[in-house]
Order: sequence, then structure tokens, then C-alpha cells
Amino acid sequence: MSQVISFHYDVPGDDFTRAGEASSSIKKVLKQVGLAPDIIRNVAIAMYEGEINMVIHAGGGQIDVDIAPDEIRMVLKDQGPGIKDISLAMQEGWSTAPDEVRSLGFGAGMGLPNMKKYTDEMDIESAVGVGTTVTMTVFAHPREEAAS
Amino acid sequence: MKKITVRQILEECGFSLLAGAGALDRQADRVFCCDLLSFVMGRAPADSAWVTVMGNVNAIAVAVLADTACIVLAEGAALDEEARSRADGQGVPVLGSAQPIFDTGLLIQRLLED
Ligand SMILES: Nc1ncnc2c1ncn2[C@@H]1O[C@H](COP(=O)(O)OP(=O)(O)OP(=O)(O)O)[C@@H](O)[C@H]1O
Ligand SMILES: [Mg+2]
Repeated sequence: MSQVISFHYDVPGDDFTRAGEASSSIKKVLKQVGLAPDIIRNVAIAMYEGEINMVIHAGGGQIDVDIAPDEIRMVLKDQGPGIKDISLAMQEGWSTAPDEVRSLGFGAGMGLPNMKKYTDEMDIESAVGVGTTVTMTVFAHPREEAAS
Repeated sequence: MKKITVRQILEECGFSLLAGAGALDRQADRVFCCDLLSFVMGRAPADSAWVTVMGNVNAIAVAVLADTACIVLAEGAALDEEARSRADGQGVPVLGSAQPIFDTGLLIQRLLED
């Protein structure tokens, strides 16, 4: 397989019950492609955290996923309020989640740190009042091997 | 640690079956207890029996994406209707325990160490 398979998702902003559908759908595709379970899990966790952030913090957005033989690349773009201080947002435990989503189990301030932890590359571009674009890449071979 | 099926957890710990009857042969090899979903996402090992009081659709999504073996709802916490149908559809076993989170986790741990 040498070609890239691409997927596009529109993530609705007002619907907590549907959040996770894009990530679940990509997880199924990756299983069919036959990637290693730990790689699939890394993608699923990182993409879900990005997807739910769009719903909670940005009123929805768009996700594009490119599955190449050597890497999975996710671009999550929203037109929400943006992130004023990205390094603060990246800190474990920092959250602006409102009470009603905290009661659902969100708001630990662990989503962005999880995205960093489970991907090989992560980049956030954000402008206040304009929106946020998060780009994440997971290499399709185990990271242990990549490091040695 | 040894592996046990979700069916064994259900039967031997005396829990009730709330959803996902078709996936009881799934195997678990640890217990993980937490309610905050991003902690579960980041820290729950794959194939763990996840003990929580969060019985909503978001918990089902987390179980699917983080590959936990099952959800065990402690404290008699309710599984809402939407979560139940999602769990059935996605093959996530959800068990119910009347006991607190720690006691529920301990019951499963004892089974794992048996
Ligand atoms: N797409 C986004 N648009 C605007 N702000 C965002 C976005 N993603 C994250 N943030 C900001 O960064 C903070 C930290 O995000 P993070 O995902 O780490 O935690 P959280 O979503 O608040 O809680 P958790 O993910 O643990 O449920 C958020 O509270 C929010 O203020
Ligand atoms: Mg988050």
C-alpha cells in the first residue's frame, strides 16, 4: 500500500452524545488497514481528546485524517474562541471547562497533555477570536523502534 | 497477571449486567478506577476493567477508544438509556455493582489474584 487514504469529518458543536463518532470511525478504518493495536489506540485517544475539545470549547469544527503507510496525520480545525496561552493550556490540570461538562466527567485538564503523550508530533496554531488548528502525527511503526 | 473474562467478573463478583451482553468473552487483566474521562483516556491500561460512576455515552466512547475490557458502574450508578444502546451497539460490556468504587475494584482484583 503506497497511497494515502483521506477522511473528512464535520464535528457538530452542540452535541455531546455524538462526540467521539469521528474517532470511533477512524479506529474502525485503522483496524481494517491492519495497523498494530497500540498504534490504533494512540490515534484513537489523541483524536478523541481533540474531537471532544472542539465540541466543548469551540462549538465544533472539522477533522481531516490522512492515513499513509508510514504515518497517520490528523488535522483538527475549529473557528472557536482560540487559546490565549497555549503553554498554559498544555499544562496538566489546567481547564476552563464549565460546570455542566465537568459533571459529565470532562474538565480534568488532561486532554491536551494526552494528545501530546500519545502522538509523535503535535502542533497547535491558535488565534483568539479566530480559531484553533491542532495537527498531530502518529508514526505507523512502534515508537520504541523509531527511537533506536 | 492472569486474564479473566468479563463473564467471570460478572458471575463471580455478583454484579448485574447492564449492557453489552454480546461481548462478555472479552478478557481483562487489571482494574482501573477513575471518574474523570481524560484521566481514564490517558492512564487506563488497555484490557482493564474500568470502575467508575459515570454512566453516560461519553464513558462508552472512552471505553471503546481506550480499549478497556468493560465498564463496572459502582455505587449502583445508573446507565442512561442512550449509553445503554451505544454500549450494546459497540459491544462494550457494562456491569453494575451496588458497592463503592474501591470495594468494587477490590472484588475484581481478588479474582485476578486468585
Ligand atoms: N479547540 C479549542 N478551542 C479553544 N480552547 C481550547 C481548545 N482546546 C483546548 N482549549 C483550552 O485548553 C484548556 C485545556 O484543554 P484540555 O483538553 O487539556 O482540558 P479540558 O478539555 O479542559 O479537560 P479534559 O480534556 O481533561 O476533559 C481547555 O480548558 C480550554 O480552555
Ligand atoms: Mg479536553
